[in-house]
Amino acid sequence: RFPRLAIKGSGPIIGKVDGPNPKPRLSLTSSEPQTRGRGVQLLSQVLQQCYGNLQESEVEVLVTFYENRLKDHYVIMPHVLEGLKALTKCLVLPPGSAVSILKSVFQDAHVQSLMLAQRSCVYCILINLMDSREEELKGLGSDFVFGFVQSMDGERDPRNLLLAFQIARKIITQGYEMGKFTEEFFEVTSCYFPIDFTPPPNDPHGITQEELILSLRAVLTGSQRFAEYLLPLIVEKLDSDVQSAKVDSLQTLAACGSLYGHKELSEFLPGLWSSLRREVFQTASEKVETAGLSAVSALVASLSRSVLSSDSEDVLHVFLDLILKDCLHHLAEPDLKLVWPSAKILQAASNASYRASLKVMSAVMPSLLEQYNTQTQVSLLPLSDLELSVHHLTRLVLEEQDAQVSLAVMECCGALAYIYPEAFAMRMVPRLKEAIFSDSNSQQAVRRRCVTALASVSSQPSLVQESVPVLLQILTSAHTGMGSYFVLCHSLQRIAEQAGQDPEVGQIFHDIVIPRLLGLAIQAALQGEDSSGRNSLLKDEAVLSAIVPVLSAVCAQMHIIVFFFFSPFNIFSYPLQLLKYQSYIWSFHPYQAHPDSCYQTRTVCLLMACVCSLPRSVEIPEVDRLLVELEELSFTCLHPFSYTSAAKCFAGLINKRPEGRTIKTLLLRYHPLSTSLTDKLFSLLGDSELASHAADGFYLLMSDSPDVLNRGCHANVRIMYRQRFFAENSAKLVQSFNSAVPGKRKAAYLKALSHMVNNLPKQVQLTELPALLPLLLEALSCPDQGVQLSTLSCLQPVLLDPPAALTTQLDGLVARLLALNSSPSMKVRIASLRCILALSHLPDHLVLPFRAKILQALAVPLDDKKRLVRKEAVLARGEWFLLGNPGR
Amino acid sequence: MSGGTRLENANPLVFQRSGERLLTATDEDENVADPIDDREIFDILIRTVLSQSINDPEHPLSLEELNVVEQLRVNVNDQDSTVAVEFTPTIPHCSMATLIGLSIKVKLLRSLPGRFKIDVHITPGTHASEDAVNKQLADKERVAAALENSQLLEVVNQCLSSRAISGE
Repeated sequence: RFPRLAIKGSGPIIGKVDGPNPKPRLSLTSSEPQTRGRGVQLLSQVLQQCYGNLQESEVEVLVTFYENRLKDHYVIMPHVLEGLKALTKCLVLPPGSAVSILKSVFQDAHVQSLMLAQRSCVYCILINLMDSREEELKGLGSDFVFGFVQSMDGERDPRNLLLAFQIARKIITQGYEMGKFTEEFFEVTSCYFPIDFTPPPNDPHGITQEELILSLRAVLTGSQRFAEYLLPLIVEKLDSDVQSAKVDSLQTLAACGSLYGHKELSEFLPGLWSSLRREVFQTASEKVETAGLSAVSALVASLSRSVLSSDSEDVLHVFLDLILKDCLHHLAEPDLKLVWPSAKILQAASNASYRASLKVMSAVMPSLLEQYNTQTQVSLLPLSDLELSVHHLTRLVLEEQDAQVSLAVMECCGALAYIYPEAFAMRMVPRLKEAIFSDSNSQQAVRRRCVTALASVSSQPSLVQESVPVLLQILTSAHTGMGSYFVLCHSLQRIAEQAGQDPEVGQIFHDIVIPRLLGLAIQAALQGEDSSGRNSLLKDEAVLSAIVPVLSAVCAQMHIIVFFFFSPFNIFSYPLQLLKYQSYIWSFHPYQAHPDSCYQTRTVCLLMACVCSLPRSVEIPEVDRLLVELEELSFTCLHPFSYTSAAKCFAGLINKRPEGRTIKTLLLRYHPLSTSLTDKLFSLLGDSELASHAADGFYLLMSDSPDVLNRGCHANVRIMYRQRFFAENSAKLVQSFNSAVPGKRKAAYLKALSHMVNNLPKQVQLTELPALLPLLLEALSCPDQGVQLSTLSCLQPVLLDPPAALTTQLDGLVARLLALNSSPSMKVRIASLRCILALSHLPDHLVLPFRAKILQALAVPLDDKKRLVRKEAVLARGEWFLLGNPGR
Repeated sequence: MSGGTRLENANPLVFQRSGERLLTATDEDENVADPIDDREIFDILIRTVLSQSINDPEHPLSLEELNVVEQLRVNVNDQDSTVAVEFTPTIPHCSMATLIGLSIKVKLLRSLPGRFKIDVHITPGTHASEDAVNKQLADKERVAAALENSQLLEVVNQCLSSRAISGE
């Protein structure tokens, strides 16, 4: 039958088969399988040479012939497959043949029972058909995948595996239907994972393990549908003891990251994470670690990218929480070896995306910063080095005279003492104390440095405990001069401020410092009458004023109110008891104005320091009586320091009253009454005698006072009270100025104006100043240094962006500024030089005419006696030199 | 030296800048006269930059960062009105040595009172043509002539512009 078909075809090729020698034809029909085999072999070889020349009808015949031969004897099979392989390369393969070839092959050839070369043939047939007849094959539905799965099931040869993986990859990428065979398909390929292949010694085929790994990985990670099988497999394989298997698994996991999303991953994250963690934490191999870290990165990146639906939870956070939970606490134990792997994992996670980085950073940074702050203790100085350091520092405090170095030494002491309070308490404080009280008429400078050093180191309660008694002892010491007093008070204030709300330090101040300070002041005031006694210094107003900030800082920050809580009138009685001076209570009347003695009334400033700094929430008992007393004192007392203190205290108390001196208090609270009082002050400006004082009143109104009525003292300060005041009053002021007669009175207006403007916030200044410019220029010629200074500091920012009006007044401005260069006040000189520097930035054509004059004039301050002035002069002159020159 | 040519020392060693001079109590005391000291001159000079010398014109390095000027090598005597500054070129064959010296000299001339005698020279043993450069810098006529040259003046001014320093 078959030969006849062949003859019927009678095409040129068949003709050849039929050729001069009839043997092949006979062979094809021979009853001997061997002979038939040779015939088919010859035919197949011919086809391999000339498949391109066949016509569709010939192909059809041949396909049918070969399909039938598949059912023939097994010895023929190899040649049949060769022939089919050649036919599948034909471009003219008739429709339907591809499907029928495949069906026959899958049905009749049991691929895995074939020899290696024939198996390869089958794979090639599949590849050829997939390349040319994709649509037809897809028509087979999942049967194609099933056939392929059956064919490759059990394949062992690496060459064939490469082909099989190639087919598998095509099935995935070209979207062949897998249907119910998805799992089979995955299993038949994944059974090779992880690849373990060592090429034979002479390596005849040049196939490497790497090649196999990559082509298998492309299959396994090629579809999201494999996720449910692949991820458990990876977790399982990570348990392997073989390092290459681990690396392969981790890399495969990383490769999944590009395709998988939270849907695929979420279920397996806990398992994956625990494997990943184990690998990175425990491995000794850098390869495994690197692969593990990139897998972490890939997973985080994939989760960061996933689109969430409105009701799903953000798996990225779930995963990062897992990571943070296991890694974060290791960071806190830098001595253990897990700290580095943990850090690497966190880095890998935060490298993956901005979102991940945000989450990891916000979890890690606080802990790291905290460690940074505490770890300085871990990188401990060895004890011997520490002792040596303290020794050297102490020596430097005592001996170093250069102010710069001394300043640095103090800073260093402060920083070290914070970490090693004991060392300083034991080694430095006693030596400083010794130096302070040594009888040798040692210089004041050394003593002052010691006091400053004591304040610098007193940041920890244990050190405050040691240093404060020393400082207090100095207060009563006979050697103490006025200068030391200021240093001393400043030091106490600094300690109080450093301590913040530390309760231990607060207790020390409450129990020791405050009673002692108050006691000494009262004692001095009482002894003042007979004008002798050791503590005469404490009768000095300046010294009393120096104590005010100490008390203020303590009361404001530490809320020390206990001991005078019963009544502010008792504020002095407790310290007197402590000092065993109870009997004096009866002769101590700070609120009674004496016509000829002021020692007692002056101590009102101490009362002010205490009561005015308390938080608003603290209710002061008998405050009404106190207010009456204070008011009385401030009007009847003839002594300026006393009545000012009383007025301030009054103001401080009024400010904190639940409903609401004086204008300032009311102004701060923006009280309606304030306007009428301000008007009163305005009218005083016109008074020839009080004008200057009234102008200073504006300074009082606009500036922050250091001892009462600031936020530090818990005063009730409304926002923008300065702007409101300015807006309401500036026009009035300018008007009055214009109508005033020249002379002293005009100066008072200028002074008031400059005080008012200077205390405004900078942004407000910039918008208001252009209108006030003429007045300000006039104010520069005012002889009062304070006015000059505040005007200059207003002008400087304006000059950086000058209003048009200024350009016509440059002549006058330059002349006035240069004149101020010879002011006796260094602050004025500095401020005017800064203005001159600012002028150099104006447009060239405006300022070039002044260049020569200014360069000449600036040569003088280059030789100023104060370094800070010279510095400004150098800057300004340098810029003016560049003006109008090339290379500016 | 001119832009576009290959840089002689394209990747110089950069040194840390010293901190700002700390203020002391006497600095603000009107009654105390502060003598002009080494550090003050040094502070004036470290504002000078070599804007042309390095490959990143956005971030010119200062003479201090290049270690060209060190406080150690600045000597001032306020009473005698003398200033001596030794500068160290970044490499022994640095063709910019004269320019650097000139910039330093000009900066000092502009910044110091007229009474001072200013001596600027190369740190001994740090440059191939040390003597020649020193001689040029000491010659008033030649310095004056150099500053008549507007191109040279431009380069010097660029070095002295405070705006060239980052953070100024």
